[in-house]
Amino acid sequence: MYRLGIDVGGTNTDAVLIDEALNVIAEIKHPTTNDIYDGILGAIESILEISKIDPKKIHLAMLGTTQCTNAIVERKNLEPIGLLRIGAPATLGVPPLVDWAEDISKVAISSEVIGGGFEYDGKELAAFDTDHATRFFKNLKGKVNSIAISCAFSSIRDEHEKEAARLCKEIMGDDVQISISSEIGSMGLIERENATVLNASLYKVAQKFTTGFSKSLAEHGITEAKVYISQNDGTLMTMAYAQKYPILTIACGPTNSIRGASYLGHLKEAIVIDVGGTTTDIGVIQGGFPRESGVAVTIGGVRTNFRMPDVLSIGLGGGSIVRQKSDGTISIGPDSVGYEITQKALVFGGDTLTTTDIAVKLGMCAIGNPELLNAIDIAFAQRAMSEIQKMIENGIDSMKLSNEDADVILVGGGSIIVPKNLSGTKSVLKPNYFGTANAIGSAISKISGTFEKLIDYEKCPRDTAIESAKKEAIQMAVLSGAIESSVEIIDVEDVPLAYYPGNTNRVKIKAAGDLKI
Amino acid sequence: MRKIGLKEIEDIALGAALLGAGGGGDPYIGKLIAMGAVKDCGEVTLLDPEEIPDDALIVPIAMMGAPTILSEKGVGGEEYKTLHRMVSQFYGKEIYAFMPIEAGGVNSMLPIAACARLGIPMVDADGMGRAFPELQMVTFTIGGIKATPMALTDEKGNCAIFDTITNKWTEELARAVTMSCGGSVSVSLYCMDGITLRKYAVKNIITRSEQLGAAIRTLKNSPNTPEENFFKATEGFKLFKGKISDVLRETKGGFNFGKVHLEGIDHDRGQNAVITFQNENLIAEVNGTVLATTPDLICLVDSETFIPVTTDALKYGKRVIVVGLKCFPLWRSEKGLELVGPRYFGCDVDYHPIEALVKGGTTNV
Repeated sequence: MYRLGIDVGGTNTDAVLIDEALNVIAEIKHPTTNDIYDGILGAIESILEISKIDPKKIHLAMLGTTQCTNAIVERKNLEPIGLLRIGAPATLGVPPLVDWAEDISKVAISSEVIGGGFEYDGKELAAFDTDHATRFFKNLKGKVNSIAISCAFSSIRDEHEKEAARLCKEIMGDDVQISISSEIGSMGLIERENATVLNASLYKVAQKFTTGFSKSLAEHGITEAKVYISQNDGTLMTMAYAQKYPILTIACGPTNSIRGASYLGHLKEAIVIDVGGTTTDIGVIQGGFPRESGVAVTIGGVRTNFRMPDVLSIGLGGGSIVRQKSDGTISIGPDSVGYEITQKALVFGGDTLTTTDIAVKLGMCAIGNPELLNAIDIAFAQRAMSEIQKMIENGIDSMKLSNEDADVILVGGGSIIVPKNLSGTKSVLKPNYFGTANAIGSAISKISGTFEKLIDYEKCPRDTAIESAKKEAIQMAVLSGAIESSVEIIDVEDVPLAYYPGNTNRVKIKAAGDLKI
Repeated sequence: MRKIGLKEIEDIALGAALLGAGGGGDPYIGKLIAMGAVKDCGEVTLLDPEEIPDDALIVPIAMMGAPTILSEKGVGGEEYKTLHRMVSQFYGKEIYAFMPIEAGGVNSMLPIAACARLGIPMVDADGMGRAFPELQMVTFTIGGIKATPMALTDEKGNCAIFDTITNKWTEELARAVTMSCGGSVSVSLYCMDGITLRKYAVKNIITRSEQLGAAIRTLKNSPNTPEENFFKATEGFKLFKGKISDVLRETKGGFNFGKVHLEGIDHDRGQNAVITFQNENLIAEVNGTVLATTPDLICLVDSETFIPVTTDALKYGKRVIVVGLKCFPLWRSEKGLELVGPRYFGCDVDYHPIEALVKGGTTNV
């Protein structure tokens, strides 16, 4: 029995095969194609060919993709939608999509705020305005196929959103796609609503990559596999779930590479350095999961409240250009020859001095033709390398949480330029298969559940509240397909609400476990 | 007199978030409220305090309640009209202009929205020059001005006018009503005339916020490092650069108390710092030595973007620079320190001006 992990990146589509003992048995890189389907098809074909395994023995297949991120950033293939916000008379002072750029706010061809919603304690803020909702849906019938619904405090009570969804189906028909904010985001109406609108407008993109993935699997005889899509928090979702919540695939790339590195390095606490052609992403793995960023995440100019890994990006990669400045000091990047490295770097016969040339000159790796580097002074190369080292060391220092030395795992195709003697580290590991850490991260992802609620600790003591919230989270993970005995609580967060008498806290618990095969 | 439009709002929101000194609410929702109103109703006229007639009725307005609740309910469409009507009726006189009560992500923005929607001007002044947690903590209290009549309204249309015996009572009563109304309401208080405004208000604070915001936005556009530009533009003191290693929070009496522990990075590697807060940052200590206390401003900004970080958003692992700014001079008076000095907040330290505390210890970049 095997699992297949695929990562569709901007340049390459990577595929890996992993056996039951979770050993990597084959890896492959294939160029990404415009229509991602051909790239996936090619990658699957190659990996089956080199591994020679029976496609029927692949029982799990996972896909990580940047398709949704790209669609939003490039404003391509987004579906027109209608947005219904339930919250009047509150929320009227902040109209929907008020700070969206014009080119993307056009996805909502109609948005209205109607009466309804809840208070922080679950009291009804106003009655649900059935008449207004009915008018809204009737008006959009036949004009759009996707509806986004948001509601004040719907993360506390979702009845009004559910009622609106029911009404929407009744009026617009069963085929209409409905995105409900309480199922997509956490606290913060605007961020949650924004994510819901993006989700609604992505449904065609999601259909395309999910059917594309299924089709390429079927075409190669992989008919026995359960199929999953990577989420941005290092866990998985089913194909049906991904079609409903495509927005959750946003930024799964860095997450997968951090998780893959953690797995390859056999470390649950480490700093992960993923060196690409142009940039280096430095992330932190804690308890086997990426540390999350506390900052609101902006995608294509739209603010959301997604769970994203905390990643520090620095302008250093295998293709970064190396220059000597007039005062004799050496600068590295931030510009890079990027994917043109095999034409432009000196070691490949080009005319641009890159970090890869420096690494080859110093004998850190053997690629291209080292004789083309004869003109480079060895002392100069050493000085350039110490600049590279300094950049990486500063990055490590920024991401570390204590002054103790950290374990470091190096992955990514560009990691050949990083020296192994880094200060502030107790070990620097470059595992086998370091080039396809993304696809590996996708293949070994867990399945999770998150529970979030406002709780007054004076009415329900903290210990009791957290205990019951943990049970809810575990139950949610099991419902998503996790093996109950493997489910662990991976995150517990409680934040007191400012200015509030009593002791009202926002409690958020996340549980994750291994997939049932 | 000048106009405030969308571009100005961006900068004011950013600069006011810095002056919020860790409090003042989420600048994102504040900005959206102001932008929504200006997009609907047009730009707002900003008046210099010198342009206000002596007998004009000037009314500070603000949002009161939990930031988390505001970020869920926003504001409604009618609150400003209700406040305007109640206060004008009470005095038997039309309100001449609104003004903010404090500088902060939310409360610097709300008056912009109100003025846009009602078509009245806004005064370039406030009552704190920063943010503070309690409503008697305004320069007007030093001037002996009463908070009441204070008008309060929620988005549902419930409204009340308080007339109380002390400003402390106003705080207590208003907070109770805020709770019952769903945790987030609009208020107007410390109504005053033009003469009083000029005497006690922190003048030109909107303009200062805008300048600070513009400076942060354009930090990368000059030959110096963003950090050098930042300290030059803010005239701030660099107290510490570090990453958050722990955040201890506790809620008492409806306030957010806590301590942030920082481990030094870059030049401060090997050092540590502790910031004490009650909604706003109160005390900054580096290696056990106090480098700044309230009422001087202690602000945390992101170490890369220099975007201010509020105490609600403090999170394990975040990399920040701790910045100290001088407070409005009136706060340094005996009466001022009684209201907002470290001892009022239960901290066992005496106030010393930040410029004296940092001398010799940490350098002023």
